[in-house]
Amino acid sequence: MHELAISERIVAAITDRLGDARVTRVVLEVGSLSGVVPDAVRFCFDVCVQGTSLDGAALDIVTLPGRARCSSCAAESEIVDPLAVCPCGSVTLEVMSGQELRIKEVEVR
Amino acid sequence: MCATCGCSDHHLEHDSHHRHPHGPDDVPHVHPHKTTRTVRLEQDVLAKNDRLAERNRAWLDERGVVALNLMSSPGAGKTTLLERTLRELGREMAIGVIEGDQATVRDAERIRAAGGRVVQINTGSGCHLDADMIAAALRELDPPARSLVLIENVGNLVCPALFGLGERAKVVMMSVTEGEDKPLKYPHMFRASDVMVLTKLDLLPHLDFDKARCLEFARRINPRLEILETSAVQGRGLAAWYARLRTAVSEGLRALGAR
Repeated sequence: MHELAISERIVAAITDRLGDARVTRVVLEVGSLSGVVPDAVRFCFDVCVQGTSLDGAALDIVTLPGRARCSSCAAESEIVDPLAVCPCGSVTLEVMSGQELRIKEVEVR
Repeated sequence: MCATCGCSDHHLEHDSHHRHPHGPDDVPHVHPHKTTRTVRLEQDVLAKNDRLAERNRAWLDERGVVALNLMSSPGAGKTTLLERTLRELGREMAIGVIEGDQATVRDAERIRAAGGRVVQINTGSGCHLDADMIAAALRELDPPARSLVLIENVGNLVCPALFGLGERAKVVMMSVTEGEDKPLKYPHMFRASDVMVLTKLDLLPHLDFDKARCLEFARRINPRLEILETSAVQGRGLAAWYARLRTAVSEGLRALGAR
């Protein structure tokens, strides 16, 4: 449900930076641990861009994997499940990445 | 790119026409070019909120005021814990409350009745508080120096996790009536939080709630989580909660001293 607020912020951040330049494509990076659902962002994005300089712009979402470091053995691994277990058996994993929510680039005409 | 010749000769003006032959016998053709360019932004979507949250934090630090962001699902017992906290700790320290709800001033009235200074924010359709709303509420609340501000976020375990407010700590509350797997279902909230307050422990004898399992789940999601077990009705565990609040306030005074 916060995807609506997220989409509004995407539009605002881009128009703040680029004024009324006509935007045709937005590339968004979404970490798989970010708590943001890409399909929900796509749905809300199409609503939020209406009547703005992003109207009709394509939205490309690049999903970034979650990575964590084990507190016991320091090994790094990709995590998908919130209850991930390190191959060493430890369950105390510190999330290092995968929480991104970033506008990587936009295409303007 | 020209569909006929594949030329990417875009030194021409945007939307201009270009004209060139494609072979010895070819007549030059004319067509419009819609050129686009890519602008790298590399900008966090929540950067603006984060900046405003930093500004709130600085505003609070200047005054030696500490804010805590209390988050939970609706009905976890945030307001009840706040009421008792105000009654029992209100004489020892100045506590201001910012109440976030989609609608009504009912919680603000409860807090006021318990003796607290309170500002109510109604978010309408909004499902979380953001740093901009808190900036305005702080100005209205005007908390005295060396005081504590408790921000009761909109009841929601998803969205508030993403929006920092300038708080010194995020506190997630969950009640034992909610099911022990809540930390797994809402991992972002439990990962983002510094403190977890388990509430309504007085109801435990009537429930099939595996507390040890719940706490294990919470620690698996966030090994750094401080966990407090409370019952605002019986008073159980509240000494530890108050001690945590005192610690927060002394951190605020250290921040003031360091300036």
